[in-house]
Amino acid sequence: MKSSSKQSTPLDNSVNEHKNNGNVVHNPWSDLRRFTDARIGLGRAGISLPTSEMLAFQLSHAQARDAVSFPLDINEMTEQLGSISALKEVAPPLHLHSQATDRVTYLQRPDLGRKLNDNGRQILLSYMNKQKHTTQAKYDLAIVVVDGLSSLAVQKNAYPFITELLTHLTTDKQFKIAPITLVEQGRVAIGDDIGELLNAQVVMVLIGERPGLSSPDSLGLYLTWEPKTGLNDACRNCISNIRPAGLPYAEAARRALYLLREAKKLKLTGVNLKDRTQDDVIEHQVSTTNFLIAE
Amino acid sequence: MGQAYSYTLGTHTYKFNNLAQLMAKATPQRSGDRLAGVIAQSAQERAVAQMALADVPLKTFLNEVLIPYEDDEITRLIIDEHDANAFMAIAHLTVGDFRNWLLSDFATPAVLASIRQGITPEMAAAVSKIMRNQDLILIAKKCHVTSAFRNTIGLPGHLSTRLQPNHPTDDINGIAACMLDGLLYGNGDAVIGINPATDNVAQAIKLMTLMDDVIQKYEIPTQSCVLTHVTNTIECIEAGAPVDLVFQSIGGTEATNSSFGFNLNTLAEAQDAALSLKRGTVGNNVMYFETGQGSSLSANAHHGLDQQTCEARAYAVARKFNPLLVNTVVGFIGPEYLFDGKEITRAGLEDHFCAKLLGIPMGCDVCYTNHAEADQNDMDNLLTLLGVAGCSFVMGIPGSDDIMLNYQTTSFHDALYVRRVLGSRPAPEFEAWLSKMKIMQSTSDITLSDTLPPAFAKPLGAITGGGS
Repeated sequence: MKSSSKQSTPLDNSVNEHKNNGNVVHNPWSDLRRFTDARIGLGRAGISLPTSEMLAFQLSHAQARDAVSFPLDINEMTEQLGSISALKEVAPPLHLHSQATDRVTYLQRPDLGRKLNDNGRQILLSYMNKQKHTTQAKYDLAIVVVDGLSSLAVQKNAYPFITELLTHLTTDKQFKIAPITLVEQGRVAIGDDIGELLNAQVVMVLIGERPGLSSPDSLGLYLTWEPKTGLNDACRNCISNIRPAGLPYAEAARRALYLLREAKKLKLTGVNLKDRTQDDVIEHQVSTTNFLIAE
Repeated sequence: MGQAYSYTLGTHTYKFNNLAQLMAKATPQRSGDRLAGVIAQSAQERAVAQMALADVPLKTFLNEVLIPYEDDEITRLIIDEHDANAFMAIAHLTVGDFRNWLLSDFATPAVLASIRQGITPEMAAAVSKIMRNQDLILIAKKCHVTSAFRNTIGLPGHLSTRLQPNHPTDDINGIAACMLDGLLYGNGDAVIGINPATDNVAQAIKLMTLMDDVIQKYEIPTQSCVLTHVTNTIECIEAGAPVDLVFQSIGGTEATNSSFGFNLNTLAEAQDAALSLKRGTVGNNVMYFETGQGSSLSANAHHGLDQQTCEARAYAVARKFNPLLVNTVVGFIGPEYLFDGKEITRAGLEDHFCAKLLGIPMGCDVCYTNHAEADQNDMDNLLTLLGVAGCSFVMGIPGSDDIMLNYQTTSFHDALYVRRVLGSRPAPEFEAWLSKMKIMQSTSDITLSDTLPPAFAKPLGAITGGGS
């Protein structure tokens, strides 16, 4: 039963299977874990968690706590993102930093994480100045990769997702993509500063979401039309939980492309741009029939 | 704006520029107020601010609004709908007197209910700031607030749970598996409520249908909700979807709500639409709101107010639309607003107290994130305290782990723990169902059946290829 092995389900973390000696009531529905990573069918001692499940939870929490402080490997990311073939015409990634100087400041001062520091601003300004000599620099899309609360999410998912996305986007030669920016200690809204400085029509922020107990590697995507400093979250669309065990890259890319197309058509993002990727829902799951209501 | 306040301690006179600043400096310490730059500069300044606040007459809050009437529809709501008759019984009191009055034996549940509409959110926030945790618990327990849809929430001695079967890709069987787990642990009487993984009208309709099918097939006296944006739910209703409750996250300033993409008119439209469906059987409370300290600051829409005062103002919005449930999601926002277990605990008790005093059916998402200085023990403490305070409902999720929203909240097991140690029971209609379905052996001492309830054995056998 438990051998219906998913990688790293929380329960595989369990170090000891404590002998129940008749004190633990097992749940006959624990087999349903093949449908979800949620901690269902844990059984009970009285009405409380059995020892092994309680200790497995403590271990997961310890791992998530450790993941928060995991630093982004800038060199590796720069190399990976620089190697994307669809971007070979585009300048290499630019490395930026928010005004939050370190992790401790970052956690307590989200306002600083939303703002680019002076050095980063200079990097973008001087990049844009150089472009002016060639053509009027204006981009259709700026992709901003931000560590957020889980650099692990960015490290694992940003490169494969962007690669997937760009295979569909760059078929259109008219579509101009800004150099990718790589940001440390950043929040979502830092994309507004960056998108504005890069003169981009849309900014796509890819950011590490707060690490979950069973998913320390969720990547979030935020799309903002005509980014400029001071916009709020009602102006954005979000796609959450991008990772192989969550929303797979191909599916996430499909939704992102839909939102990009609609944004361009409607000239906006946010609450007035509804994600109507109904086809995918229908393809995905034909009906709401589930085992609880099956005849 | 408004008059200045001062308080002389020995030879030193402390000055506070206006009521908003006095309220902020009197607030027990928390990281969000530090982030906003409105926190007291020392422990002594805070204690003095509390003394100065205690001397402020309650009437002042009617004359000195914290956000200008012209600029903010929530200020207008608070002032325009204030009930002067209900206020008469407490109109002569200062904030400090009000605390004594609330604690006094005179302030019975019936008396407290009779003055509700005379209390403004700012009065509730002010008096909470000069209370200890035990005061917040004792008075909240006296404030009885009930609401109803297919069952009755908030009766004294009862504690309900929201079954939260979230799944990171909205997988239908994954969600159904969590629903089964929760129901078999006696959870789900407040609502079965899903946070959808992606904001999408079609998907919301799909999830509503899924829950409605299960509720109907097993005749569960509860209600469902998909926690999508209010404008999505309006579209769902127009499309003929089975909408029980309309959800929206709300804040205490107009600018906060506009950053959430709605205003009071939007909520009124949604409430009318949901009421027109007439899906409630024992009541007509059709709204489900979520709140949480820090949301206004997070939206840069706090007007220089402290985060707890902003939060209390959100309850004016809630009160206007007679909700079935209001849920303060206290530890979700993160350590920049509530730093650790101690701050989360305090905020949870304040929110529950202020809401109940104002007549709001308040529950609490007792929760924390992995970047906060908090753990399961902090949650056990707050859950127990809120249970004692008569909190209307808490969350129930498998093993405390929300694999979609990436945070930890209370588990199905936790709900049984608090029901057992405090003798609190599920909503009566749901309790009867738990007995009828043989899910619980005894609902009075909270014991579960040792065998699989017959109604669920068949579908489970079919899917697991054997059952038990």
